[in-house]
Amino acid sequence: MAEFKHKDIIALRDLSKEEIELLISTAENMREVNSRDIKKVPTLRGKTIINLFYEASTRTRTSFEIAGKRLSADTVNITPSSSSATKGETLADTALNLLAMKPDIIVMRHAVSGSHYFLSKKVSCSIINAGDGAHEHPSQGLLDMLTMKDRFGRLDGLKVAIVGDITHSRVARSDIQGLTKMGSSVYLAGPPTMMPPGAERLGNVTVCGSMKEAIQDADVVMMLRIQQERQGKTLMPNTREYSRYFGLNPQNIKLAKPGALVMHPGPINRGVEMSSFVVDGDQSHILKQVENGVAVRMAMLYHVCGGEMAE
Amino acid sequence: MNLMIKGGRVIDPSQGIDDILDILVDGGRIKEIGKGLAAPSGAEIVDAAGMYVVPGLVDIHVHFRDPGQEYKEDIVSGTTSAVAGGFTTVCCMPNTNPVIDGKAVATYIISKARAEGLCNVFPIGTITQGMQGERMSEMGELKEAGCVAVSDDGKPVKNPELMRRALQYAAGIGIMVVSHSEELELVGEGVMNEGFTSTELGLKGIPRIAEEIAIAREALLSEYTGAPIHICHVSSKGSVRIIRDAKARGVKITCETAPHYFSLTDDAVRGYNTNAKMNPPLREADDVAAIKEGLKDGTIDCIATDHAPHHLDEKDVEFNEAMNGIVGLETALPLSLKLVDEGVLTLQQLVEKMSCKPSALLGLDCGTLKPGSPADITVIDPKKQWTVTEETLNSKSKNSPWLGEVMTGAPACTVVAGKVVFSGR
Repeated sequence: MAEFKHKDIIALRDLSKEEIELLISTAENMREVNSRDIKKVPTLRGKTIINLFYEASTRTRTSFEIAGKRLSADTVNITPSSSSATKGETLADTALNLLAMKPDIIVMRHAVSGSHYFLSKKVSCSIINAGDGAHEHPSQGLLDMLTMKDRFGRLDGLKVAIVGDITHSRVARSDIQGLTKMGSSVYLAGPPTMMPPGAERLGNVTVCGSMKEAIQDADVVMMLRIQQERQGKTLMPNTREYSRYFGLNPQNIKLAKPGALVMHPGPINRGVEMSSFVVDGDQSHILKQVENGVAVRMAMLYHVCGGEMAE
Repeated sequence: MNLMIKGGRVIDPSQGIDDILDILVDGGRIKEIGKGLAAPSGAEIVDAAGMYVVPGLVDIHVHFRDPGQEYKEDIVSGTTSAVAGGFTTVCCMPNTNPVIDGKAVATYIISKARAEGLCNVFPIGTITQGMQGERMSEMGELKEAGCVAVSDDGKPVKNPELMRRALQYAAGIGIMVVSHSEELELVGEGVMNEGFTSTELGLKGIPRIAEEIAIAREALLSEYTGAPIHICHVSSKGSVRIIRDAKARGVKITCETAPHYFSLTDDAVRGYNTNAKMNPPLREADDVAAIKEGLKDGTIDCIATDHAPHHLDEKDVEFNEAMNGIVGLETALPLSLKLVDEGVLTLQQLVEKMSCKPSALLGLDCGTLKPGSPADITVIDPKKQWTVTEETLNSKSKNSPWLGEVMTGAPACTVVAGKVVFSGR
């Protein structure tokens, strides 16, 4: 079995194929804990985890918190409204103050790409990236891969379509990094205003001229959230037109392989990037993604702590 | 007090000189230049064997942060850094606090530089009052107070009608307008060049066209009014093309680039290196090649540093939060000498772009070693190797992307008005 030697998990770009496989396989084992009646193991007993969320998050923060608690760690949540960020304290100072309280892991979400690398140079504890700007969201990438692996038993050779605002998506970047390493092919589609330059060079990536081309015969269709506040001004006319060309609906889903997985990192804008029919349909694995999220985050917490079972 | 610089390779494009010669300085001015000159008794002798002896370098684009942000730099530390880089004359941009939009601040800078500075310092006034982009500043008074150009550097003049009138008005007064060319709507919240690197790092990009559209506008305004314009810190391939085309049409447009634009690409940003964050941003390999081509064919008239000191607290932060700019006075010469090694420029061209041209552009009394002119001289040791560190940099600020790197070439001696103000690292 491969060893996991990183202190931090900041980007799937920094991990090898073997390390990604190890995290996924540990997550598979962690699921057993989550299915127990008493969903708790003593693995990280006595460890302190700080969830430092500079950006709003319900799903990811809750998922990390539950993951920590199921491993018996003490978890503390700090969000901008209750932190010193509003008082003008720098990120480095906040982190050093938190570090003085001897946490073992800081799980951070931050709006600025790369801020975890900055933080990592300042603090000695482990850093886990819960999303940084438009850079990466490694736990999402891992849970997406775990969800695909559940369905197909493999990642190698899968055709994965990712549709939406690629430019601003950290989910897309982590998926591309992870999936490319695992042997999948990624097909991107979105309005040209939301396709970043050189996207085809990010990995085993094909940039498609239309959504149809991307989802044709796909094993997985990953839809990204369209953020009205971000894209609204200049990147598209409105959500109505967006959904006509880049929304997943009962008609165009038929272009994908029969039984193709439909995924979304959430939160969903029903009727914009996906019609409710598809969100709630048989092919939708969106809630499965959320379920796998807890297991994946347990695996991440476990491995940055050295990967030793207290049991 | 006499000074004799003996036996160096004197390169002075203003007189077509490139020969092993001696230079005799008397009373702060060049007295004589020739072979085998006899040193008057008591003269200070500088042995320049194996060195290049050139007219003192001139940088028409520095930020000395004085008045207002002396924690980053001031006139004393700024000029100390300048002479350590071989510069004998610098022109400082007006984005101080308060800005240089009237006689008081201009006079303060000139008198402080005369009293405490190590080299010649000329202020550049603002184009608009308060750098607000709304009304022209009192350019006549600025010129009388000693400003050698006007610029709203750091901010473009957004209103094209105001820029048109400023060009006309400045031409009437006889003061150069220096344009920071940038279309802010296209810059948006961008923090680095838009390209594959920004895609991979997930950082918001600034497209080249933000610079190019603005330069195209300036070229057209200059062409229409017949008034001269100088473009700051050209960084992209398209900008070089636009300026080349305008020059070919006879437009009175000139421009500068900075050493980082011919030395680095946006790959330097990898690792979220805030010392590689500046405006305009580092571009890509194609752009670097085009900047070199523009220097070679004369499209780019001069090399200026855009020396932009920032405190560690303003750089040791998340990438988006970091201030734009790098210190450049001490690394400019070795980085530019590389262009000579690479065959991009001849030594003569290099001296033209770092001394003669910038001096002529702004009508400064320097950039030459002609007898009778002020004795501003840089003696360059082209082989001197030194490492850029926080300790070796003389600027108050240490925000250089070359920290830890070895540079080849440094001034062995910098002479301002006949006085040795720096004598080597």
